[in-house]
Amino acid sequence: MVYLTRKAEFSASHYYHNPAFTPEENARLFGKCNNPNGHGHNYTLEVTVKGAVDPRSGFVVDLKQLKDVMSREVLDALDHRFLNKEVSEFLTQIPTTENLAIAIWRRLAPKLVSAQLHRVRVYETPDLFVDVYGEEGAEA
Amino acid sequence: MKAHLTRRYMFSASHRLHSDQMSDEQNRATYGKCNNPYGHGHNYMVEVTVSGSVDQQTGMVCNLVDLDGFVHDNILERYDHQNLNLLPDFASDVPTTENLCISIYEIVKRGFKHAHLDKVRIEETMMNSFEYWGEQDVPEF
Repeated sequence: MVYLTRKAEFSASHYYHNPAFTPEENARLFGKCNNPNGHGHNYTLEVTVKGAVDPRSGFVVDLKQLKDVMSREVLDALDHRFLNKEVSEFLTQIPTTENLAIAIWRRLAPKLVSAQLHRVRVYETPDLFVDVYGEEGAEA
Repeated sequence: MKAHLTRRYMFSASHRLHSDQMSDEQNRATYGKCNNPYGHGHNYMVEVTVSGSVDQQTGMVCNLVDLDGFVHDNILERYDHQNLNLLPDFASDVPTTENLCISIYEIVKRGFKHAHLDKVRIEETMMNSFEYWGEQDVPEF
């Protein structure tokens, strides 16, 4: 098994707010991330796929194909967007880095044909990142 | 779906690698310039990885304010700008980054209750790093 990682960057804005909480609870829980006008990040996305090396091509996956899927399914939808207002998942979920990584996994996993998605890593800043590996074991 | 959240922290400290169980010659042969008697320092980068299911209400594995607060009070306050050899952790253990990794893992594991601790990873320099997952091998994901 060989693991291959492709990186991409996108920039987006967001804010954290749960309408079920009072304004005071939102402010206490989310701090300055609760500012309703939003703020932004330069996100770095790392997509890792795994598979056997094809003996004819020497590839785990066609990188062009992987790049196209990442562009179409993720970057076109998220880059230079206000996540809370413009991305369907975050009309009902808080666009934390955790939820962003899960949403990207769910966008990519069904679209990858020749290789299997292994990990999605999303850096919100160089000092904070989230990894998801799909449904691990019995956990959902 | 489970998410694994990693946060990076920095601190600076000095140490000297020297084992009382070896002769001076053996220490020099084992540790090289890390055995120089007056010690030397590093900018350590510590990664703490915690995991869990994402809370539906908050969208979080755990609140970063809690993790940052815990690491600040219990790790950075303890090690930053210290001579590691003089700390109780290293009264009998050599302050290698392997042992430092285990010490930090044990402190976080014991005290931080807001999420499951996966691992602690430390970069001593840009050229070397160490990670500790507790008494288990690196899991297969």
